[in-house]
Amino acid sequence: MKPKLTFWKVVFLAILAVGMYATLVRFTQGLGASTHLSDKFPWGIWIGFDVLCGVMLAAGGFTLTAAVHILNIKRLQPIVRPTILTAFLGYLLVCVALMYDLGKPYNIWHPLIMRNPHSVMFEVAYCVMLYTAVLALEFSPIVLERFELKNALKVVRAVLIPLVICGVILSTLHQSSLGTLYLIMPEKLHPLWYTPLLPVFFFLSAIAVGLAMTIFESSMSAKHFGQQLELPIIQELGRVLLVVLAIYGILRFEDLLHRDALKLILRPGYETYLFWIETALTLILPMILLLQKKVRATAGGLYVTAVLVILGFITNRLNVSITGLESSAGLHYIPKWTELAVTALIIAVGFALFGLAVRYLPIFPAETVHAYEEPEAVGTGVLSHAGD
Amino acid sequence: MSKALLYDATMCIDCKQCEAACAEKNQLPYTDAVAAEDRQSEHKLTVVLAKGDKYMRRLCMNCGEPACASVCPVAALRKTPEGPVIYESSRCMGCRYCMVACPFGVPKYEWNKLAPRVQKCTMCADRVLAGQPTACAAICPTGATKFGERDELLNEARRRVHDNPGKYVDRIYGRFEVGGTSVLLLSSAPFEEFGYPSQITQDPLPLFTYRVLSRIPDFVPLGGTVLGGVWWITHRREEVAAKEGKTSKTVFYPSTADGRKK
Repeated sequence: MKPKLTFWKVVFLAILAVGMYATLVRFTQGLGASTHLSDKFPWGIWIGFDVLCGVMLAAGGFTLTAAVHILNIKRLQPIVRPTILTAFLGYLLVCVALMYDLGKPYNIWHPLIMRNPHSVMFEVAYCVMLYTAVLALEFSPIVLERFELKNALKVVRAVLIPLVICGVILSTLHQSSLGTLYLIMPEKLHPLWYTPLLPVFFFLSAIAVGLAMTIFESSMSAKHFGQQLELPIIQELGRVLLVVLAIYGILRFEDLLHRDALKLILRPGYETYLFWIETALTLILPMILLLQKKVRATAGGLYVTAVLVILGFITNRLNVSITGLESSAGLHYIPKWTELAVTALIIAVGFALFGLAVRYLPIFPAETVHAYEEPEAVGTGVLSHAGD
Repeated sequence: MSKALLYDATMCIDCKQCEAACAEKNQLPYTDAVAAEDRQSEHKLTVVLAKGDKYMRRLCMNCGEPACASVCPVAALRKTPEGPVIYESSRCMGCRYCMVACPFGVPKYEWNKLAPRVQKCTMCADRVLAGQPTACAAICPTGATKFGERDELLNEARRRVHDNPGKYVDRIYGRFEVGGTSVLLLSSAPFEEFGYPSQITQDPLPLFTYRVLSRIPDFVPLGGTVLGGVWWITHRREEVAAKEGKTSKTVFYPSTADGRKK
C-alpha cells in the first residue's frame, strides 16, 4: 500500500509531535512546569478526562461481553470484538495517562506490595490492573487466531466464561468506585454533584456510555473500515440506551430532590450552567431523540444520539472532577497546553492503534451473514463463540 | 495515651518562633522571605496568620481518623497511636489523593521536583515518640502552643473557655471536627476567618468511603453467583430447546436481506 498523506494523517502527525514535546517537558521539568495544577487544585484533566472518562468510555467491554456471554444474546455477537478492542486499548491508555499524572510514576507498582484496603484508590488500582489482564485474555483469541495458535486458543476458550464473569464484577466495582473516590470530600464537592449515590451514578452512566460507544464505533467502523453496519443491533442498543438513560435520569433528579439540592438547579451560576449543559446532553436531548421512532430506527439518528450521550457523560465526569471542586478551591482551573497536548496525544494514539488492529487482526467477522446461518452442534454454543 | 497540641490564639504574640523551629526541625530554609509568607506550602509547614491583633496558627490537624491516611493507596500516610500522622515518602507514588481528600487543605506538593514528595507537619513524630514535645511547643515563649495528653489538654481548654466568659469563641476547634483531631484550637476570632472550615462534619471522613467499600467483600461472591446462575439458565434453555427438537438457533434477523444497510 502506498502511504498517502491525507488531512487526518497530517493532523495525527501534528498531535504526535506536540504531544511528544509535552511529554519531554513533563518528564524533564516535572508536574509544576507541565501543568496548571497546584496545592489548591491537585487533580486536573489527566485525572478528570484521561482516567475518569477513559475508563468510562471503555465500559462497552463489560456491558457487551455480559450481554452476549452471560445473557446469551447471540445476535450482538458481531460487535463484541471491536468493543473488546476498544476496552483493552482504553485501559492500556488509562495506564499510560497515569504515568504522566503520578508524581513518581516509577512507583506505580507499589500497591502490589504496600496495601491499604481502606483506600478507594487502592481498590481502583487493583481492579484496573486485574481488569486490564482480563481484557488482555479476552482479546487474546483475536491474536491467537491470527497466528493460528490452536492449543493456546483452546485454553483461553475453556476459561472464557469465568473470565467474563470476573470482568463484569471487576468493572462493576471500579466503575462505581471512581465515583466513590469523591465521597471523601462532602464539604469540597459542589452539592449538585456530591451525593452518596455517586458510585451508583458512575456505574449506571458507564453502562449508558458503553452502549453509546458501541453505537458510535459501529457507525465509525461502517464509515471508515468498510464494514457493514449492523443496523438491527444498534437499533436494539438504542432501545436499551433509552431505558438506562431514563433510569439514570429518574435517580439523578430524585436524589437532588431528597438532598434538598433541587433548588440549586435554578440558581444562576457557573455550576448551574454546567449542570444544565450536562443534563441537556446526557438526558434531555438523547431522550427526546430516542423517543422518536424515526431516530431510533435510523443509523444517522442513533449515531447523533450516541455522540450526545458520550459528550454528556464526559461533561458529567469533568463536572465532578473539576467544575464541582473549583468553588471550594477558590479558583478556576484551566489546563495548560502541555496537559491538553498529552491528552490529545493519548486519544490520537488510541485511534491509530484501533485502526492498526482492525487492519491486521480479525476484529470484524469476515462473513457475518454466513457465520450466523451455519448450523451449530448442541452444547458447543459457548465454545464456538468463545473469544468473541 | 494519645498526645496532642493545644494552640490558644489569645496567648499568641506572633513571634513566629514556632515557624522557625518547625523549619529547622524539618530541614527547610527559613529566611526573611519565607517568614513573610502567609500560607502553608511545601517549604512552610506551619504559619502564624495575623488579622489585626488576632493571630491564628495553621498546621496539620493530625486528625484522629485522617482522610489522608485512609485514602492513601500505599499507606504512605499513617496515623500513629501516639497522635502524629506520619508520611513515608519512599512508599508514595504521587497520586495526590491525600491532597484532594484533606478537609483542611494541609498536604502540599513539591510540584517543581522530579521526585516530588508530599509535605505536611507530622507533629514531630520522632520527638513525640521519644517522649519530647513538638519543636513548636518546645520553643513557644508564651505557652500559646502547648503539648500534652489530648484528654488533659481538652479539659484545660474547656476550663479556659469556662473561666473566661466572652473571651473565646465558644468552640474548641478539633474537639469534634471530623471526629476529633490531635490539634486543638482556641480563639477569640471566628475560625473561618483564618481558613478553617466552620461547617464541617463531625463524622470521621473515612466513614464516607468505608460505608461503600466495606460492601465489596460481600458483593464479589454474590455477584459471581448471580452472573454464573444467569449464564447457566440462559444457556440451559438453549440446550433444552435443542433436545426437544426445536432449532437451537434463534433467528437473528427476519431475513439477511432486509434490516441491513450497506
